[in-house]
Amino acid sequence: MSDGATVVARGLRKVFPGPDGKPLAALADINLTARAGELTALVGPDGAGKTTFMRLVCGLLRADAGELSVLGHDVAHEPQKVQDRISYMPQRFGLYEDLSVQENLDLYADLHGVPAQQRRERYARLLEMTDLARFTARPAGKLSGGMKQKLGLACTLVRSPDLLLLDEPSVGVDPLSRRDLWTIIEQLITQENLSVLVSTAYMDEAERCAQVFVLHDGQLLAEGAPGTLRTRARGLTCTVAPPTGTPARDLQARLIDADELIVDAVPRGGAVRYIRQPDADPQALAALLQGLSPEPRPETLEDAFMMLLKQRQAEPSGGATAAPGPAATAAISTIAAADQPGDDDAPVIVVRDLVRRFGDFVAVANTSFDVHRGEIFGLLGPNGAGKTTTFRMLCGLLPPTSGHLEVAGLDLRTARAQARGRIGYVAQKFALYGNLSVRENLEFFGGAYGLRGAALRQRVQESLQQFSLQPEARSGELPGGYKQRLAMAAGLLHQPDILFLDEPTSGIDPLARRLFWRTITALAQGGVTIIVTTHFMEEAEYCDRIAIQDAGELLALGTPQQVREQAGGSGSGDMDSAFIGIVEQARARRQAPERAA
Amino acid sequence: MIDRGFFRRLAALTRKEVRQVLRDRSNLAVGLALPLALILLFGYGLSFDVKHAPIAIVMDDRSPGARDAMAGLQGTPYLDPVWAPGMDQAMQMMRRGQVDAIVRVPVDFSRRRADGQARVQLLLNGVDQGTASTLEGYVSGALGTAAQLQIDRGGVGSGASAGSVVLVQRMWFNEANNSTWYLVPGLIALVMTLIGAFLTSLLIAREWERGTLESLFVTPVRPLELVLAKLAPYLVIGAIDLVMCLLAARFLFEVPMRGSLWLVALSSMLYLAVSLLLGLWISGVTRNQFQASQLALLASFMPAMMLSGFVFDLRNMPLVVQAVSQVLPATHFMTVIKTLFLAGNDIGLVLRKCGILLLYIVVLTAATWRTLRKRLD
Repeated sequence: MSDGATVVARGLRKVFPGPDGKPLAALADINLTARAGELTALVGPDGAGKTTFMRLVCGLLRADAGELSVLGHDVAHEPQKVQDRISYMPQRFGLYEDLSVQENLDLYADLHGVPAQQRRERYARLLEMTDLARFTARPAGKLSGGMKQKLGLACTLVRSPDLLLLDEPSVGVDPLSRRDLWTIIEQLITQENLSVLVSTAYMDEAERCAQVFVLHDGQLLAEGAPGTLRTRARGLTCTVAPPTGTPARDLQARLIDADELIVDAVPRGGAVRYIRQPDADPQALAALLQGLSPEPRPETLEDAFMMLLKQRQAEPSGGATAAPGPAATAAISTIAAADQPGDDDAPVIVVRDLVRRFGDFVAVANTSFDVHRGEIFGLLGPNGAGKTTTFRMLCGLLPPTSGHLEVAGLDLRTARAQARGRIGYVAQKFALYGNLSVRENLEFFGGAYGLRGAALRQRVQESLQQFSLQPEARSGELPGGYKQRLAMAAGLLHQPDILFLDEPTSGIDPLARRLFWRTITALAQGGVTIIVTTHFMEEAEYCDRIAIQDAGELLALGTPQQVREQAGGSGSGDMDSAFIGIVEQARARRQAPERAA
Repeated sequence: MIDRGFFRRLAALTRKEVRQVLRDRSNLAVGLALPLALILLFGYGLSFDVKHAPIAIVMDDRSPGARDAMAGLQGTPYLDPVWAPGMDQAMQMMRRGQVDAIVRVPVDFSRRRADGQARVQLLLNGVDQGTASTLEGYVSGALGTAAQLQIDRGGVGSGASAGSVVLVQRMWFNEANNSTWYLVPGLIALVMTLIGAFLTSLLIAREWERGTLESLFVTPVRPLELVLAKLAPYLVIGAIDLVMCLLAARFLFEVPMRGSLWLVALSSMLYLAVSLLLGLWISGVTRNQFQASQLALLASFMPAMMLSGFVFDLRNMPLVVQAVSQVLPATHFMTVIKTLFLAGNDIGLVLRKCGILLLYIVVLTAATWRTLRKRLD
């Protein structure tokens, strides 16, 4: 072992066939060294090469070039020796869903040959830390998403490994479970002097690590301690509050469009956080801010990361995901819903006492809310909270068990087909035909919505321009952000009043996410009502109002500011802590009557 | 290959597989209920026997002698003769599907019979070739018996017996020419194939789809342990099915077992292992449950039914198809099991075929092992 290093990669390269048949380097000549006894993070957006690296370390993939030594073994030659000593939690930990919590644990303890005595102590500790002691007899398939992830971690940790590998342990998990997972990981590091390699797309998680490697498109962009990496953004980070009465996202949209002055801008806590370009002209910046006074704020790892991504994008070779200019996004606001009848105050969506049961499982319990015209309404919650079920009922895809539903003034029970003509729907998975060209997909969906002849051709042409799409490109081979854009274009062809987007930002990189929200802001300015689900809590900041769901119940409803205030504190915290606060309050309320009884 | 942890891990994995089998009711339905249904279906429902087949008899020669000659067609459970007034009517009955054959006794029957050259015309409905040839056998048999009787009695036409050859036939191994006897042993092969095609073909693919293999790979687990653990519970299910088949053969269908029960059990279990491994290998190669079950159906179950000699005699098939059938493990087992049931212990044959099955076991284990090499690419 080379002097306290767990993983040493030299010139590591792995190539896969790309969607267009050409080879695509998932990892291109990576050199890195992870130190023992430390928490090391691999950070990067989806598709950066994090999972490929993890799998190489585990010996599940063979590198095309380079050397990789793990715990002193050459993985390519002695994969089993490595596998005997490490523990690995893949992104989707393979729990046996028909086996109970205890049986899953036993299987892994048996495979690792954990002796009975040690096993008892270890189980007691793991079950206590994961709070699963009450559920040992429950089939793993009947646990919530967060609990499954904790059980996966417990199975990985049935013995104390020489190196623990965690591949995005917190993806799709609610903030509360995310916090719990990290508490467990940090406890183990201090108590057992564990060496951990964790991959994550969350910057706040990377901040907790001793050493961070930033990956993007298979290349190592930067490495170092979080404190060192952060300095790249030092002195460039500010917060600015929008003028009263304007949503923060409008200001954010204006800032992010001025990319010669601003690196990045996001709405956060009712204000806008931005990073200015190092060489930005102060006068031009002041003009852009229109007299608003920015406050300097401490830089974060996320700021540094966004700067790295933007720099890379500016390089000629890294321009694959080049964004359409501000002109294109601005044009989107004129797409749809130009002349809508009716007054602005009448809600376009009315939900009253909505309930949906599957057998005795209550997926959605007693939910009521309204959405007004031109609003961006966010449905937030962890996986399994009931977001998708609510969504499907609103789109008329799933009949409610009871309750009243009105969309665009039409009762969904009696006029489902008519209501569907007024809405656009973008499914979570890419639901277009991968082997058709962009134009063919648009023509097909336009036809399905009843557009014909010249009208169809005109709408397709408009959409192609507005979303900067190549008409002859094969849909299945588009990069993630462009697939997203094509799906939105298809959903908007018939100029619906309401656009439903189910988890539109999962699986696309931060730059594409910024762009996506820029488009949404433009659409809302054009009068389209937008309902969106997301498990990224910070994306709530783009919404006019949000609803937080957990275990089928509507826990909070209001503007992001109101929700933060409901969670307690001054209301200036981030959405993650607001979510944790609200869920904890709700759970305390649920337990209180039980204790009284 | 076999280290200290081998048996501990094998036990842990087997325990897991057994639990999964028992908790998934659809597994048990396919593994136990479907074979039972097949036994009953093939045993009772499917039969190539022709019984009470309607035939028309046209008597152009109305002499008592001719009538006597046709007496053999009556009083057998296999034929239901109708006397048709004339050829036109008989042909009409044939066209309407009311009869399967026409026996026509020509005007000069009695006269020519005296010369020992009597001829009877038999018209068969050739749409169902199997039934047609069976009927042909029945009719000539029945007429032959009648003729024989008359010769014995020394009656009319005794003078003719001098120059004519009378065929006395007898079926061996399946004396009653009962198709149940023929089908039920083959059914064992079909049921063993079924478990591999429908159950084990899903196992590895399911673990790929659910991502459980990725977690399992990064443990001290060895590929061979995964293969063996997956076989174990299904070998038990297969053994139960085998017992069911044997009991049904003995008590429901009264098929004789002329060979040794032990050899039947041994060869069946060998074939079961081949079938399970074939399913596992397909599963490991496709890594996708839908594809695996489609492929297993096409590559294992269908050929076992069509090309193994279960129903259709292989010797009547084109050479290419015969060559293909020799590649199928089912063909080899089909020969063994039918021989053991109906003919008796042919040790040489059994050893040879069991050797072939063992070879399949070794090759398929190695192939399945390769699909579980702990690699994702």
